This record gives sequence, C-alpha cells and structure tokens, in this order.
Amino acid sequence: MVSTYRIQGATGEWEVVIGLEVHAQVTSKAKLFSGASTAFGAEPNTQVSLVDAAMPGMLPVPNAECIRQAVRTGMAIEAQINKYSRFDRKNYFYADLPQGYQISQLYHPIVGEGQLLIEADEKAGIAEDKVIGIERIHVEQDAGKLMHDQHPTMSYVDLNRSGVALMEIVSKPDMRSPAEAGAYVRKLRSILRYVGSCDGNMEEGSMRADVNVSVRKPGEEFGTRTETKNVNSVRFVMQVIEYEANRQVDVLENGGTIDQETRLFDPNTGTTRTMRSKEDAHDYRYFPDPDLLPLELEDEFLEECRASLPELPDAKRARYETELGLTPYNARELTAEVETFGRFETLLAATAAKIGKPEAKVATQVANWALSVAPGVMKSLGDEADPANATAEAQASILAMQDKGEISGGQAKEIYEIVLKTGRDPEEVADTEGLKQVSDTGAIEAAIDDIIANNADKVEEYRGGKDKLFGFFVGQTMKAMQGKANPAVVNQILKDKLG
Amino acid sequence: MPKTANKLTNLGVKDIRDGVAGGDFTAREVAEAFNAAVAEAAALNAFIITTPDHALAAADAVDAKRAKGEDLGKMGGVPIGMKDLFATRGVQTTAASHILEGFTPQYESTVSQNLWDAGAGMLGKLNLDQFAMGSSNETSYFGNVNSPWRKEGSNAAMSPGGSSGGSSAAVAARIAPAATGTDTGGSIRQPAAFAGITGIKPTYGRCSRWGVVAFASSLDQAGPMARTVEDCAIMLEAMAGFDPKDATSLKMDVPAWEAGLSADLKDKRIGIPREYRMEGTDEEILKSWEQGKEWLRDAGAEIVDVSLPHTKYALPAYYIVAPAEASSNLARYDGVRYGLRDLPDGAGLQDMYAATRAEGFGDEVKRRILIGTYVLSAGFYDAYYNQAQKVRTLVSRDFAEAFGQCDAILAPTTPTASFPLGSLNDDPLTMYLNDVFAVPASLAGLPAMSVPATVNADGLPLGLQIVGKPFDEQGVLNAGLAIQQRANFTAKPEKWW
Amino acid sequence: MSVDKATVAKIASLARIKMGDEELERMVPELNGILDWVEQLGEVDCSGVEPMTAVIENHLRLRDDVVDAIPETAGGRREDVLANAPAAEHGFFGVPKVIE
Repeated sequence: MVSTYRIQGATGEWEVVIGLEVHAQVTSKAKLFSGASTAFGAEPNTQVSLVDAAMPGMLPVPNAECIRQAVRTGMAIEAQINKYSRFDRKNYFYADLPQGYQISQLYHPIVGEGQLLIEADEKAGIAEDKVIGIERIHVEQDAGKLMHDQHPTMSYVDLNRSGVALMEIVSKPDMRSPAEAGAYVRKLRSILRYVGSCDGNMEEGSMRADVNVSVRKPGEEFGTRTETKNVNSVRFVMQVIEYEANRQVDVLENGGTIDQETRLFDPNTGTTRTMRSKEDAHDYRYFPDPDLLPLELEDEFLEECRASLPELPDAKRARYETELGLTPYNARELTAEVETFGRFETLLAATAAKIGKPEAKVATQVANWALSVAPGVMKSLGDEADPANATAEAQASILAMQDKGEISGGQAKEIYEIVLKTGRDPEEVADTEGLKQVSDTGAIEAAIDDIIANNADKVEEYRGGKDKLFGFFVGQTMKAMQGKANPAVVNQILKDKLG
Repeated sequence: MPKTANKLTNLGVKDIRDGVAGGDFTAREVAEAFNAAVAEAAALNAFIITTPDHALAAADAVDAKRAKGEDLGKMGGVPIGMKDLFATRGVQTTAASHILEGFTPQYESTVSQNLWDAGAGMLGKLNLDQFAMGSSNETSYFGNVNSPWRKEGSNAAMSPGGSSGGSSAAVAARIAPAATGTDTGGSIRQPAAFAGITGIKPTYGRCSRWGVVAFASSLDQAGPMARTVEDCAIMLEAMAGFDPKDATSLKMDVPAWEAGLSADLKDKRIGIPREYRMEGTDEEILKSWEQGKEWLRDAGAEIVDVSLPHTKYALPAYYIVAPAEASSNLARYDGVRYGLRDLPDGAGLQDMYAATRAEGFGDEVKRRILIGTYVLSAGFYDAYYNQAQKVRTLVSRDFAEAFGQCDAILAPTTPTASFPLGSLNDDPLTMYLNDVFAVPASLAGLPAMSVPATVNADGLPLGLQIVGKPFDEQGVLNAGLAIQQRANFTAKPEKWW
Repeated sequence: MSVDKATVAKIASLARIKMGDEELERMVPELNGILDWVEQLGEVDCSGVEPMTAVIENHLRLRDDVVDAIPETAGGRREDVLANAPAAEHGFFGVPKVIE
C-alpha cells in the first residue's frame, strides 16, 4: 500500500497541488514565423532573420509544419482540435523579446482539452494509474537568450532562439506529488518523441516546464500558487515542488500568506526565489495579432495529421502484452523510449524472418535479448565495443542460431562479444571459433557409451529409481563434450540409453 | 536648368513613361529636371532626405534598356517621391521620428522594390506625420511640411494634410510626378484632397505591407498619389501584387487597371450615403458633393440614396483600434537593435526603454501609444477594443448592404479644405475629425480614392471621394476618371518657394 | 471612464515612456477628452455581433518548412541584423546588465 504524498506541518498534513506548463520546442527546420534555421548551437545571432530581429516593417508568416506538429500532438493526447484558432500578441518589454510582444495564442488555442495517463509505479510512490487532464496546447514564439557573465556592465542578447516555435502544453492542476509530476513530464516527453513533434532534449532546452505549486489542507479550496519558470529536467521539476511545497507550508504556518508570483529555480541550491525582472509584467494586454488572419484548418489537413500518427506508447504497450505475449515489465521497458522500441521492432522483424516463425513466437526471446543480454554484453566490453557493429542483422542471426539449437546461450554471448569488437559475421565466428554446439549424435553417443561403461554403479542406481542422477550423466556428457554438445540431443540420447 | 526642364516637371507618370519610351526625351533628362526642382523646393520641407543619385541611376538604367530595345517597365523613366515609411536599402528610413533617425535598412520594402523593378527611380524620402500619425503633417520630427497652396491673399503656411503630406505637397508642387502614400485612416485621401491631387488606397491586402513601418496593421495600405486618375492606375499596377512575406497579402492577379479605364458609367449606380451629411461640414464641400453627383449622372450613372447607419461610430472605433495596434507595433522601438538609445547614467534595461522612448517619440505618438495601452489593459479590453472591433464589423456590414444597391459610393473626402499650420493644434479631437469621411472605408478595408473637384472661395482645392466594393479598384478609378474629365481641375499652386 | 494622473503614470510606465509630472498633468485632460469621446461606442447595440477579424475575406496562408526559402526573411545575415545596433559586441546586442 502506497501512502498519499503529504507534507507534515506543525498544524497537520498538507496536500500539494501541482499544474505544469510545459514548453516544448516544435521539431521544425525553420522558425515559426521566419525562414531562419532552428538548429541548436550556432554562433550568436547567425540564425536571425530581419523578422526575428523585429526590424521595422517585418511581418510574420506561419510555418505549416509547426501547426501540423501541434495538431498531431493534440491528437496524441486525445484532445479537442480547434479548426478555428487565432494568434494573439502578449505585450511586454524585455531584452530577449525583440518585437516587444510574443506571438502566442490566448483566446483561441489550436488544441483544447485532452488527457494523459500516468502509470502506477509503487517504487516511485504512485499507487495506481492516474489520468492527468490537459487544459490546452497553444503555439507560440520562443524568446532570445540573455548572457549576463560576459561583460561587467552589460548583458548580451543572442536572438538565435527568438521566433523558434514552441508548444505550450498546459496541464490541469491534477497532480498531487513530485512523483506524479515527474511521471507526467516523462510520459509527455515520451509521447512527443513518439509523435516526432519535439525531440524532448531537456539539456538543450527543447523542453522546459513552468511549475505551478500550491498547498492546502486536504479537502479545502486551492491555495494561492506560485509559478517557477523554466525548469529544465524531471529531477528539477520534482525538486521545485518539494521545495516550494515545504516553503509554502512554512510561510502559512507562520501566519504568512503566499504571493501569486513568478519564481526562479537555482539548481545549485535546490531552492527557488522571487524573479525580479518580471515583477511588473502582469498586464500583458493580449489582443489578436493584426498581422495574422485567423487560422482555419481544413478537414483534409486534419486527416493527414491523424493518418501520420504512429502507434502511441499506451497502445503499443498493450499490444506488446496481448499480441506478443511479453511481460508487463518488458512491455513497459521496451515502449518507454522511441529508440528502444525502434531497435526492438527492427530486431524482432529480422529475427522472425531469419527463423521463419511469426513474431509472437520469438518476441519473448528477442525481448530478453534486447533488454538484458545484449546491453549486458555491450556494457561489459566498454570501449572495446563498436556500437556500429550492433546491427539487427547480426543479432538476428545469433538469435536464430540459438533458436535452432546450434549455439547455447553462453555461446551467443561469446559470439556477440566478438561481433561487437570486430564486426565479423556471427555465423562465421561460430564456425571458425568453435562456438557451436555439437548435435552430431554419433560423437555424443560415443561419449555417452564411455560414461555408461565407466559408471556402471551409478547406472544401476539410476535404473533403480534414483532419478536425480540424470543430472549427473548430463554433466558428465557435457564435460566430455567440452560444453559444446546440444543439451536437447544429450538429454534425448541419455534417456534412450539409460532406459 | 535646361529650357525643357520646366516642361518636363509639368508632366505626369503616363506622359513621362510614354515620352521616354517614344524617345521625346531621355529618362536622365527627366530625372535631372526633377532633381533640380526638388533642390529648389527646400522651403516646402517635403523631403526628409533627397536621393538624386538614386533617381539618376534608375534613369540611366532605363535609357540603357531603351538603347537595347528592351521593355522599360510600367514606370520606366519615372522618378518618384518615396514616403519615408517605406524601408529603402541603404537609405535612411525614419517614419519622420527621432527614434529612427539614422536608421539605414539592410532591406527594401516590397512596394518600393516593385516600383524600382518597374523602372521608377527615387527622388528622395518624403516627410510625413511621425509614424503616419496625424492629419496635418505637423507631427514630424523633421519639421512641418508646408503646402504649396496658400489662401488667396494670404502668406500663412497651410497644411498639406497628413500623414502623406510630403507626398501631397511634392506632387502638387510639381517637384515629383507621383509619390507613394500610405493610408491607415485617410492618410492618402485627405492630403490628396488638401493638395488638389489624386490618390487611391486600394483594397486591404493589394499592396504588401512588408517593409513598411507599421502603424496599425489591420488598416495600413499603401497606394499611389499623382495628379491624374490614369497616373494612379499605372502606378498602382506597379505597386500592387501578391507577396508571400505578408500573411495578409491578397493572392490575386493585379488587374490591368490602366487598360481597363473607362469614364462611361452607363448601368452603374452610385450611392450617396445620407449619414455623411454631417454638422460642421463646409458649405462649399457640400456644394461640390452635389456637383459630383451631377458629373457622375452626366457620365451615365444612376444616383441612389444609401444608408451607412454606423458612420457616426466609425471614427471613435478607429481611435481605439488604430492606437491599440500602434501601441504594440511601436514596442519594438526600444533602443536595443536599432535607432536611438538613451541610456542615462546608471540606468537599467527598463529605464533605458523608458528614457529612449520618451526621447524618441513625439507628443502625438506618445498620446496614441498611451490610449492604445490603456484600451488594451486589464479590465478595459472588452469595453474598448472588443467593442470597437464589433462596431467595425457593423461598419463593414453597412457597406456590404449599401453595395447591394450601388456599385460605388460618392462622398466628400474631408469636411473642410486645408487649414493653416498650427490652427488645430490645441485639441487633438478637432484634428481627428478631419478623417471622419475617410475612416469608414479604412475600417472596412475598401478601395477608396480622392480626386480633385474644385477650389473654394479661398482658392484652396476640395476633393471628392469614391469608395468601391472589395477588389473593385477599377470601378473606383473609372468613377474617378468620370469626375476628372468633368471637373477639369487645372488649378495649381503658384510657386512661392 | 476617465483617467487621473496616477492612472496615466501607470499606463506610461506600462508603455515604457518616461514622463515628468508636467507632462503627465498635460496628458490627463487630453486623454480624457479622447476617452470621453470614444465612450459613445457604448451606445451601439453589438449583441450577437462578432468582433472584426479579417477585414477582407482572406485565409491565413502557411508557408512550407524550408530554411532560408526567401532571402529577405532568411537567417545567416548577422552583419545586417547588427548593422544598426547602438551597442553590438562580439556578435551580440549589448544592453545594460539585467538581473533576473
């Protein structure tokens, strides 16, 4: 039984209420309203068009791909897609905002209400599956970047990010613990990566969260919330919640009140503090951007968006369990990341083809290989392994040899080690390195005949009903065969000969 | 100045284009004549800067093409004045403001590029009301523009109208055969009327806004200002056209407006909006309106009464919508990336903004930014901005209904003739009322034109306005042509500069 | 609705226009004149009327996701972007130091 997350205060238990606004950079080559590139890591201000620098008379023209990706993301969270939406201007002055306004969507966002499932995870303290409501997704411009440590009296402005498309994904205040918030961000990231609408790279800032936290006594009304801006890892999101919740409880229990304010997280100390620069920016004077007409989506466009959606994590996981017969654990592990299931499905298809059996028949073997055997070998080799040698083709042929009984599990590992180091063909390795099981009944029969002849007493005991001795004979035979005999063949011949 | 120069500066767009093409004179001769006329006319203060070399280079290119027998373009050999709201590559672009003083764009506005591509050259950047906010050309940081017109028997400096006042003054003074204008709430038509010239604001979206310093995005439209309807048709053809860089640009072919000109208005119905009979409208204006009806009837049109019931509310709606958009459009002038920076000792970023904008914007611009900021601010959005946009819908609907009964609408362009500079400065509201007849068509995005009708008792020009259906610039031009042919407006300002 | 000096000061601050006392005093009646006058819009019955969105029937066009498709709106022109900057250093725009 997992206990509900509570802050233990002097006056009793407090419940934490969390809502997240996740800013996800839309995967696109060009910016939302200009043709400049979105590539990460360029020299300052080299990916800035006259539009992004807000030169006089410059105008925005929206990028279809950004709209398409927002719609596909909305579909992936089963959300209402608004065929009519508008861009609004959010007006405020800041050095990273060249236009003096951010083009965003307040009144008519492109995506309405949707939802996302986070799964029970006892270890993390999530007692059961939980559906988290999503309020909306809207499309907006990213701001530029300020650097404060390059000059004693000046901050430097780089506008490379200015105008890059973001999706702001706004959850409902449905989360009640740091663990739930962490699971939500991970699941959202997974969906975005499945859909291909965001690369989910939190280190490069492709995904940041504004974390809204408030506390209340269980059953009471929502308390006043604070918003901690631009938190860029799952761990930090959880830290912010932990810190903010405890801070707010302290303030309230000491007779204070919580200000509805914007805060900043300091990863070095794990604390949050009031953000000075945004203090007076409350009145954003939103109004529809007169440079842009309403965005009206055609049915054909929506159909294309839907048709291009891949199988999503929840559906894939269910299918892995029901159709492929994988364990819930394996299904979850394999579907968590795009790369993992991608490699798995490629290997599964190659292995099934090689063996000539349906995928469902070999899925468990492939899953075990992909989740534990192969990574184990790779890890043990360290730098000696060349990941480029880990082709699906090579792994499939190892798995096929194993399936046919030509090699043992141990031999499979040994072969894979050599393959990873050298890139040699696995079958050739098995042949030339003597890494094959002997299924030649003649050789095995000869060995067994010797063993029976030399162990007459044990044979007598076995035949007298001491079944346990069968293992002894197997062991002796394998030893005689230097471990290379096919165990199934050995068993069969032993059974025949011992009677 | 060569002998022919004076004759050349009396020519308009069509005559210059045809004369250059026909070999009557070279484009260079034309450019030199106008450059000289511009240089002599400093007293008008019509230009913020002059660019004689640009005009000459364009002219030489046209002459070279002619020598090779190539097409000279729609505006081949015509030097024009460029309102200083259009960004011109390598040439200072200020919007008549201090905050953009010295700003040299690395780009060319689509409209000006279209004109250069059509063979036109640039005489200089024309003065205007600062950021196109004004109706008298008294808000420019670079000083008032003096109209070439004066009241009979008076030396008082008169207003050329605004905001395209440098344009109207230059064209009326014959120091430019034509000029670009922009019209947000009458800024082409009102100065055209004040200066006795012709100007058309096309349907919203015909001319690209890319590279035009924005005032109010949902209203701004560029258009030509010249001395005849034909010249406007030619120049508009060169300026207009679809632009993928402007999301509100109309994806339509540019009609052959010049070729389509016809003053025969048989089977056309011209609507007379009864709500335009407003108090405070000059008697002589009303008289010229009556005269206009007669002219159009004479051209074969049927005159019908129409109603535009929300006319009264158009101007107040405009003075919410336009400042609101402007307050946001002008936020980019912050001293960070271009233009003026005022950085007092020890100032932080936000102090720098406030100091720069205080120093860089004129009073009228500040006034409108404050109004716009206020009407968008928390708690007031619905009462002001949203309500104004609803009224705008109603104004637009009025026109749509009226166009069920008529093909075009005839009205005065302004309620009065030009006034002396400085005479209306006490009260912004009185100044705003200048645009009472012009603003409704702006709110509805409709094509509208002013053509000179007559001069009043003081010898000052009066204009008549034609408003057409969306995309029907041809109908507007044709009705304008019918008036032009009958008005036979030959008055011109006596040269005092 | 009318504005007083404090309100004008607040708006001016929101609009980042520094104004002295005298200028604020002067703006109060000017702004109130304009606001009183636009107040008449309240008379208009707008029930069921949608606010204007597109003045001329037109659809929002979207562009293809191509980098630097049109030279005028392309990136990769840092010199042009910085050409008019009051303080450009090491490829950046310089502003007075900001404390976040």
